[in-house]
Amino acid sequence: MLHLTQWLVVPASTFADDIDFVFGLIFWMVGFWYVLSNVAFFYLLFKYRAQPGKKALYVTGTEHDLLKWVEWPHYAIIVCDIVIIAAAVKVWYEVKQDLPPADAEVTVVAQQWAWSFVHPGADNKIGTSDDIKTVDELHLEVDKLVHWRLQARDVLHSFSVPAFRIKQDAIPGRDIMGWFEPNRVGTYDIQCAEICGIGHGIMGARVIVHTPEEYAAWVASSSQH
Amino acid sequence: MAFRPIATTRSATGMPTGRLAIWWLIVSEIVIFGGVLASYIMHRIGHPEWAYQAEHTNLVAGSVNTIVLLTSSLLAVLAHNAAEMGDGKKAAKLFVGTILGGLVFLVIKSFEWGNEIAHGYTITSSGFWAFYYTAAGIHGTHVLVGMIVMGFVAYDAWHGRELQRIEFAGIYWHFVDVVWIFLFPLLYIAS
Amino acid sequence: MSHPEHAHADHGHAAHGDHHHEMSFSEKYLFPTDHKYIAKQYMLTGMIMAVAAGFFAYAFRMQLAFPGMSVPFFGVVSPTEYNSLVTQHGSIMVFWVAMPVLIAAFGNFLIPLMIGADDMVFPRLNRLSYQLFLLSAILVVVGWFVPGGGFGGAWTSYPPLSAKAEYSLTPAGSSIWLAAVAVEFAAFLLGGINFVVTAMNARAPGMKWHDVPIVVWFICIASILFMASVGPLIAGAIMLLFDQQLGTHFFDPVAGGDPILWQHLFWFFGHPEVYVVLLPAIGICAEIIPVFARKKLFGYRAILYTGIATGVLSFFVWAHHQFVAGIDPRMANVFTITTVLISIPIAEMVFLYIATLYGGSIKFSVPMLWALSFIFCFLIGGVTGIFLGASGADIYLHDTYFVVAHFHYTFYPIAIIGTFAGVTHWFPKLFGRYMDEKLGQIHFWGTVLSFNLIFIPLFFTGLAGDHRRIYNYNNFAELGTPDLQWLRILATVALVIMLIFQVLFVYNFINSIFKGKLAPTNPWKATTLEWTTPSAQPGHGNWTPETMPSVYRGPYEYSAPGRDDDFHPQNVP
Repeated sequence: MLHLTQWLVVPASTFADDIDFVFGLIFWMVGFWYVLSNVAFFYLLFKYRAQPGKKALYVTGTEHDLLKWVEWPHYAIIVCDIVIIAAAVKVWYEVKQDLPPADAEVTVVAQQWAWSFVHPGADNKIGTSDDIKTVDELHLEVDKLVHWRLQARDVLHSFSVPAFRIKQDAIPGRDIMGWFEPNRVGTYDIQCAEICGIGHGIMGARVIVHTPEEYAAWVASSSQH
Repeated sequence: MAFRPIATTRSATGMPTGRLAIWWLIVSEIVIFGGVLASYIMHRIGHPEWAYQAEHTNLVAGSVNTIVLLTSSLLAVLAHNAAEMGDGKKAAKLFVGTILGGLVFLVIKSFEWGNEIAHGYTITSSGFWAFYYTAAGIHGTHVLVGMIVMGFVAYDAWHGRELQRIEFAGIYWHFVDVVWIFLFPLLYIAS
Repeated sequence: MSHPEHAHADHGHAAHGDHHHEMSFSEKYLFPTDHKYIAKQYMLTGMIMAVAAGFFAYAFRMQLAFPGMSVPFFGVVSPTEYNSLVTQHGSIMVFWVAMPVLIAAFGNFLIPLMIGADDMVFPRLNRLSYQLFLLSAILVVVGWFVPGGGFGGAWTSYPPLSAKAEYSLTPAGSSIWLAAVAVEFAAFLLGGINFVVTAMNARAPGMKWHDVPIVVWFICIASILFMASVGPLIAGAIMLLFDQQLGTHFFDPVAGGDPILWQHLFWFFGHPEVYVVLLPAIGICAEIIPVFARKKLFGYRAILYTGIATGVLSFFVWAHHQFVAGIDPRMANVFTITTVLISIPIAEMVFLYIATLYGGSIKFSVPMLWALSFIFCFLIGGVTGIFLGASGADIYLHDTYFVVAHFHYTFYPIAIIGTFAGVTHWFPKLFGRYMDEKLGQIHFWGTVLSFNLIFIPLFFTGLAGDHRRIYNYNNFAELGTPDLQWLRILATVALVIMLIFQVLFVYNFINSIFKGKLAPTNPWKATTLEWTTPSAQPGHGNWTPETMPSVYRGPYEYSAPGRDDDFHPQNVP
């Protein structure tokens, strides 16, 4: 197998593998048709190159015995289309339409050109006095399903965490909800994926996925301030 | 121009070239106004409070203007009839009537706008007023352009030239009229 | 020459000189109404703009490969300049290169010649269209030099960034850019009406709908798509201009406006726009492949209908650009279905092109090489589009370099390969001379190979997470790795090589105009009407009134049985 997916960022959320699966499925399906078309293309180019004394055939494209070479692949492509649509819609539903019950909630605020985050603190509730506010650093606990509430202060931004395979534009004046569940401890990039002015190229942040013990320690140390 | 291409005299579809072009022009115009109106309607649904703002428009002026435009369209139809008969002078006179209708429309409109602006309802007052001035402004620009074009067509018709253009300019004018028929209730009539 | 009227026709120019009235310099070159000179004006303007947009690409690619370096002939690229460079590169390549060259230049040149007419039905409207277009080109260039610099909010120009000067920091640049785009649209609306009405009404006697060459059909369908899709964006541009200059809040969410509305207006136009430029380019290939394969197109009607079906479907796919933009997620499912379904007519069309090669007698001349490479490259662009149209996969790929590589594999074949195919094919008719075949071959291989070396690496940087419009990837821990940097350098080196190869084309083009081998009336032994004009470079009027052609058959009668020569021109009884 040609590991095209090895180019993708190392997956670190529960649905990352599902998205990579859709990618791999499409890769193999369209790859098959791409190779087949090219084999036919170059074979015909070689076979029917101009040779002295050989006249071209007169073919109109309505002959049934020839047309089947176009029609059958065409029907097969429709079948592939249906499979791809089904896989894409299924994953889309899980990631974007569905909102499973949360273990925790965070607020993500984008502005020119920084990310700020509100963590729930010890009581695991947003909007209370023990909320922990950070800039350009998001702290999460591994294997906990998180709802994020995305806001923007000025222009459009896009909250992209490649390792989690999540991306969502932030719109000023609107709250957008979504979820993810990190399943791998580590530190990953958050990048702004929608042009937002001259600082777009520096608008990055980091997400730190902690073990439960580390996370508790971080909450405790941050709450003291 | 000494050279007149044969292409300009052909009619492979059987429809005069000018009429065909006017219809295509109207197709593209429908999409432009369609864009404005669709955007407006989307916003209007999202903002029920706009109904109260629409009450501050001048319904009388809008209604009079509707009648003015309809009358001018009628004159354009009569001009077309005259042109069909080959009476260029009569067609030109009637077309001047259509142009005057457009002028009356714009004069009423400017009084209306002046009054509204004096009361503090400007294009930046709210989303409703922004659409109100923009949609009517784009329409008004079309009225103005139509008047200028009809002026040239009427001048030619008076001298007995290009009588078929009376019909084409008339089609355009009816279209401008129809756009107003859509704009008027959407912008003026509350709730 | 086996056809007597051709032999006669070659002298027709002199014999009927009174019909081809003598044109003064300004009538011919500055303010022409002759469709062929207007075509050349569009082509020249488009090529000049392409040089500018190509230079921009060079400047920002150098910055990406070697961040912070002083780029030769440009200097250090600041973040502001970087945004401006990518924005202007994109909008110029689409609006001021692909549109004028593919639709306006080839449309103007080919439509009257191929349908046997002596000009457009509205020659003076045609001149006005070009003048408006030139005005828009001048406007967009002026926008680079105003205080604050050129607009840098991406060619999609999403508000609120584009709407407010305090966010974009280009108070004058944004508005001038937007005005230029709006004027350009007006120019192409007028031009499109002219094309469609000409093709409908000015066809030669006997030319039925199914005798019209595919490229004429496709340019007209493209013009109709443009007409039917650009209106809302014209309205949107006026609204955005008011937001910028008058302080309205159409797209300002804080004051009750809706920034997503702009995205709908933009992409309702923006997606059909892809097909607006694709159809003429793929139509050009439909003319070239039969000539050099000596084969009838495999399924003229099927190709035509797939073109129409693609055009119609393209109106129902726009929101696939906005999957993660904050639209209702349920809508994404509808647009995934429509988007993936568009692969049905397009795949059919590509299959039919490949099938046309079956049984041919294929000669690999320069125009044919370009047309074949179009199929090869466009296929990559097509299949990679499936990844982006499938909502589930797009969550990861949206706004990465995978998208950039994908649409360059569609736009590059369209705007660059399609143009080279068309120019090399019709050069003998445009200028009456051949282009140099050997230089053409070298230019072809140098351009196509280096093009693939630019964009294949970018697919991989996209997979690795490179987002678009970032001026320095070292600012992101996951992206600033040496492996990815090598790919970026490879792409940039390939771009520089490709640009150097274009010098060869410019030399060949100019040299051939003046010193190329003289071409006969029908150098490729083709069947369509443009090759029947009395001279290799017809004057105003194209034919004399006596030699205006009538049409007796479809456009691709090659190697028909029962004939000595292997082509049967449309105008021969």
